Amino acid sequence: MSALDTPDKAPSRLGGLIAATDWSLVTLVVGAIVLWFVPVNMGRYGTYVLSLWLVMAVAAMGLNLILGYAGLKALCQAAFLGIGAYATALLTKAGVPWVAAFGLSGLLCFVVGILIGFPALRVRAHYLGFVTLAFATVVWLVMRNEQWLTGGTFGLSNIPRPAILGWKTDGALAFHRFVVGVTLILALGLWWLVKSPWGRAFLALRENPVRAASLGVDTRLYTLMAFAIGSAYGGFAGALYAPLVEFIDPSPFSLGASFFLVLMVICGGAGFMMGPFVGALLAVALPEWLRFTGGLYLLIFAATVLVLLILCPGGILGLGEKAIAWMRRRL
Amino acid sequence: MAELIQILIAGLATGAIYALAAIGFTLVWQTSQTINFAQGEFVMLPAIFVLVGTMTFGLPLWLALIIGTAMFVLLFGFGFKRLLVDQMISQGVLPLAFATMALSILMKEGAKDFFSAEAQVFPTLAPAGNLDLLGTAVSWQNVVVIGVAFAAIGLLQFFVNHTRTGRQMQATAQNPYVAQLLGIPVDRMILYTFLINAGLAAMASFLVSPIYLAKFSNGDVIGLSAFIAAIVGGFNQVRGALWGGLLVGMVDALAASYVSTSYRSAVPLVLLVAIILFRPEGLFGSKEERRV
Repeated sequence: MSALDTPDKAPSRLGGLIAATDWSLVTLVVGAIVLWFVPVNMGRYGTYVLSLWLVMAVAAMGLNLILGYAGLKALCQAAFLGIGAYATALLTKAGVPWVAAFGLSGLLCFVVGILIGFPALRVRAHYLGFVTLAFATVVWLVMRNEQWLTGGTFGLSNIPRPAILGWKTDGALAFHRFVVGVTLILALGLWWLVKSPWGRAFLALRENPVRAASLGVDTRLYTLMAFAIGSAYGGFAGALYAPLVEFIDPSPFSLGASFFLVLMVICGGAGFMMGPFVGALLAVALPEWLRFTGGLYLLIFAATVLVLLILCPGGILGLGEKAIAWMRRRL
Repeated sequence: MAELIQILIAGLATGAIYALAAIGFTLVWQTSQTINFAQGEFVMLPAIFVLVGTMTFGLPLWLALIIGTAMFVLLFGFGFKRLLVDQMISQGVLPLAFATMALSILMKEGAKDFFSAEAQVFPTLAPAGNLDLLGTAVSWQNVVVIGVAFAAIGLLQFFVNHTRTGRQMQATAQNPYVAQLLGIPVDRMILYTFLINAGLAAMASFLVSPIYLAKFSNGDVIGLSAFIAAIVGGFNQVRGALWGGLLVGMVDALAASYVSTSYRSAVPLVLLVAIILFRPEGLFGSKEERRV
């Protein structure tokens, strides 16, 4: 791996990324501490929105690994979110401890991710987009139609909140802190992965697959792994989502929701560690705070994304990076 | 037997509408190598424009149809090309594809917030009642849909293959650099394809809305079916989009009657995955280097 030199396309971006990684770590830890204490006076709903932001950020983090780091066009992250949510809901309702359900949800999505990835390897790379699109729709149909398992359109209610080592997380604030803790662990895991030789292999794959292969990167293995790990993060997010909302039905896991997650990743800045948090903030928290505009918040979000994409395809963090580079040149 | 023929003709009618939308996918693909994820919303919105004309401004239907089509072609043919595609194409094709996802949300939510969240009746242009065809009752609605769609596609084929402008458009789609060298106004040809795409979408909208009602969420179903049709037929072929659309429409109709209705939308998806696995270039497509 040490032989891997700077890729052709965007040397400054890769260099900036590696240089900025430690800043990501600082931001993650400081952010977690702030988020631990912030919602004390926010009331139940405000706290719920903050937790939802983090849960969607976890799902977006997984997609960021697939899309932003490995450069694979996957359009089914909401389906994995749904698989994780339904698996966790069913298991915890049956009395399985949340930690086990969480692990199983991730594992299930990891395995499904590998199964979906295989046919995609057989054909040209962008067909992954088509296959995942079909997969997302089929998963949504199963959730809606298999009433004996998923409750169909009536959904599953009374999903219990987890209790870890006797610490109950029933209240909004307690559960929020629980989400902060789990999100931090998952984010640190991904941070480590991206910094490791694995992460560098993913980047090599995105920038120039042929060259990566010639340097001895097993492209098939890494493509599959990026996809499977990213999908597992979707499952983890689902395991947090189910007890957060305490009631799930198929609607938040539709194809449109998968597109929404893609837009979060793009908007925040694909390939940036903190991108998913920014993107999910824009997509989840901002619309909630824009509720005073009536039903127009989705409209405002979509318009913001469009303008942002036209002005800056690197997303908000890409814009920030550009601004810093510009200031460095001027000073 | 009569029942089967009825199902097949209904499938042919929806298939013809899918084909109109699927041709839009292939046109945008040929000229900008990107996927327009808002294609379904392109078919949803013109009917809403017309209803705004008749209901809000009290225009007669024929005038609302003309103004609605003109507005739509101006905004989502000319405007789409100038404001979105031209701005973003230099940054690669992927950001443009994502931008169309945002555009689809914008169009859908716009229709919901500024028009109506309820399904609205759209006036039909077909005579009521049935046509007796070899002992089978076929609704005039379906006959008109099939007739108009085929006439439009036939005209398009004639235009592309037998007129000077059409051949210039083909040359542009095949190789814009060489076309430029030959003195073809490439940019204008690309603009024409976007105008044609918007026009076909408007036509599909007026044909499908009397059957499905005009509703902000129509784009989801139509967009996905047309997308599958385009892949099945071969993404780089107008002819492929036609056959892909008809095939998906018929498979859809047969699945709704003979497979469980709740899983009917899964059947075309299975078709899609099978095609991708065994013939990735599509049934009628030709192999090419593709980049998304």
